[in-house]
Amino acid sequence: MRPDDPDILWLEEPKLTLAERLYLPAIIEGLSVTGRVALQKKITRQYPDEPYRPEDPIKYRGVHRLNRDEQGRVKCVACFLCATACPAHCIDIVAAEAPWPDREKYPEHFVIDELRCIYCGMCEEACPVDAIELTSFYDLTGWTREEMIFDKEKLLSVYDQTAQQEPLRTAGFRLAQTPPDEAEEH
Amino acid sequence: MATILINGQEVTIPDGQRLNLIQAAALAGIEIPHYCYHPGLSVVASCRMCLVEVGQRDADGNIRMMPKLVPACATPATDGTVVVTNSEKVRHAESLVEECLLLDHPVDCPICDQAGECYLQDYFYKYGQRERRAPETPFTSRRKDLGPYVTLFVNRCIMCSRCVRFTREVSGTGELAVVRRGNKAIIDVFDDYQLDNPLSGNTVDICPVGALCSIPFLYKQRVWFLRGNRSICLRCSTGCAIQVDHNRNRVYRLKPRYNPNANDWWMCDFGRFGFDYVYAEDRLRQPMRRTDGMLQPVSWDDIAERFAELWREAAGQDGTGTIAVVLSPFLSCEDAYLSCLYFRNLALPVRFYLGRVPVHGADETFPRRLLGAITNGRQQEPRFVIRAERCPNRRGVEAIIRHFQGEVPGFDDFLRDARQQDIAAAYLTGGYPESWLTEQEADVMGMLRCLVVHDVLPGPHLRHASVVLPMAVWFERAGSYVNYNGTLQCTERAVLPAADARSVGRLMWALLGRTRLYRPEVVLEELAEEVPVFAPAAELKGEFPEYGVRLDLSEPAHEAV
Repeated sequence: MRPDDPDILWLEEPKLTLAERLYLPAIIEGLSVTGRVALQKKITRQYPDEPYRPEDPIKYRGVHRLNRDEQGRVKCVACFLCATACPAHCIDIVAAEAPWPDREKYPEHFVIDELRCIYCGMCEEACPVDAIELTSFYDLTGWTREEMIFDKEKLLSVYDQTAQQEPLRTAGFRLAQTPPDEAEEH
Repeated sequence: MATILINGQEVTIPDGQRLNLIQAAALAGIEIPHYCYHPGLSVVASCRMCLVEVGQRDADGNIRMMPKLVPACATPATDGTVVVTNSEKVRHAESLVEECLLLDHPVDCPICDQAGECYLQDYFYKYGQRERRAPETPFTSRRKDLGPYVTLFVNRCIMCSRCVRFTREVSGTGELAVVRRGNKAIIDVFDDYQLDNPLSGNTVDICPVGALCSIPFLYKQRVWFLRGNRSICLRCSTGCAIQVDHNRNRVYRLKPRYNPNANDWWMCDFGRFGFDYVYAEDRLRQPMRRTDGMLQPVSWDDIAERFAELWREAAGQDGTGTIAVVLSPFLSCEDAYLSCLYFRNLALPVRFYLGRVPVHGADETFPRRLLGAITNGRQQEPRFVIRAERCPNRRGVEAIIRHFQGEVPGFDDFLRDARQQDIAAAYLTGGYPESWLTEQEADVMGMLRCLVVHDVLPGPHLRHASVVLPMAVWFERAGSYVNYNGTLQCTERAVLPAADARSVGRLMWALLGRTRLYRPEVVLEELAEEVPVFAPAAELKGEFPEYGVRLDLSEPAHEAV
């Protein structure tokens, strides 16, 4: 852009008055703000000395968990909808035939790269069986990048740790147990 | 010439074509939804999805409509037929049929392999009702394996009977049947039988819903992640046109593509599932050179630099030792052409051989004539043939060798010449999906002064190889192949080659000193100019021939160069 570009609007610096040129009124005004706030109730949180708990854990978008069904198995059916919806491509699933007679497909591997994740919650929205949810855990740390890549067992253990405090966010979905035609057939 | 009126639009049907209303509407770009109709199978009009309003226009231009809706698949398009597919009545019928088909459907799309390419899903969005009135019982599909490659999810089936008709009309094996009646009807195999005919994988393709799924592909990938490239199958000389579906540089599925010059709509299980060797652990991945008796990894640049020197050394001081160039029938025409060009330009005595042509038994024709098959005394043309010649490009490589050399010695001639020590060195190309040499045959090559092997899989020939080059398999390279009836078909590259593998064409392109990237389309244009047999390919001008180009190979041109 050249200086004579018609889109540039050139402004003149306003002339300062005597009071402004002295700077003293401005200094006094600033000090008064400092003094006022110093006397108010403190709003700075002393994290990590004072741990923070979100007021409504249901609404907070923190570390993922993989929910378990009634029999303690992973609830996920490996439909890949979370991986499809994920804008950061941080979910990696390997599907397989389920080892249980009443389930058809399950995730053999389910890996989330927590460093790559942007915690948008799209996976939770996409899940048709309410298997993946975000918890209110947020203070994740690790020594290496590999530590922050969570596999299925780790995600299930997050569920085990948070199941008590945080109930299912969207309760109500149950996997049907036995196909209705089964008994009739054989 | 018949003229029909579809939604007020006049469509002219070319002479000699007998079309039904679905096909005629497709000519006009109008889609009539259908499940049970398939162009390769007989018409049963059982799904009722293609119901349309049909009438007849008489000579005076008056139109008389039939009072009831008529299935489009079973109604021939004749002169003066009037079809209405977008009226309120038709839309209502479509939505009711769609609802009826979905009444008992377990809506388990999240775990269904067909989701994403399922006609139930597509038509529900296009023609279905806005909301479902039937109760949902998700994730309740009962599964039954019908054979080694095909599994049936009983509750997902909409009883279109395409698979049943396929086994009766195309494969002629008739393992499948509709058992029970009414809404209890299911597809099943007869007791003690299995759906194990060599074409069973096609039932998965023609199933419009997720009822039939392929076991090797089951749960491997969601189909919306897959990208398809056009290619051909190289497991026999039929050269079925296929689509190579891949994701993240790995091929997951091969599906047939319609080509009336080769395979119609079908392909065999052997080709469909027979690409595991590409991902075999022991596949050749790195160029290697023998130093101190051991094969040591080297780079392609290193190979290319010393390639010509290798042959000069092998030809001896006086340059009289013959170099054998064995061009395998798994090479594309471009590969073979560039190899011939390169070795001819070496100014050494060179002899070109056609590599081993694997032949297994006899041609397998379908439909199989089982007892009770209704033929009405007529001799039926086979609908599909798995050819005994298990390679894709014998005719193409042969035509190119014949152009350069006049005669085409085979692999046995090569072995004989090697045994008699008529040849000093050999460039041996492979690309075979399984091991193709016996120990004794490989030992014959031990007498050569220099053996360069360009192959996909290891084998006994590596023992005597001075240089081993890894070859890119067919979906890792583009190229063109000539099938049994002389149809030249092109392939696209689907994935990048494994590790450091390269095609013969790419190696020869670099050795010929040609600059720019190796593009087989350009080579094919050159080939069409140089070799008269390939002249019809000149019309392509870089376009991908969907149905291939027919070459005239009946009278081989004897033009030795």
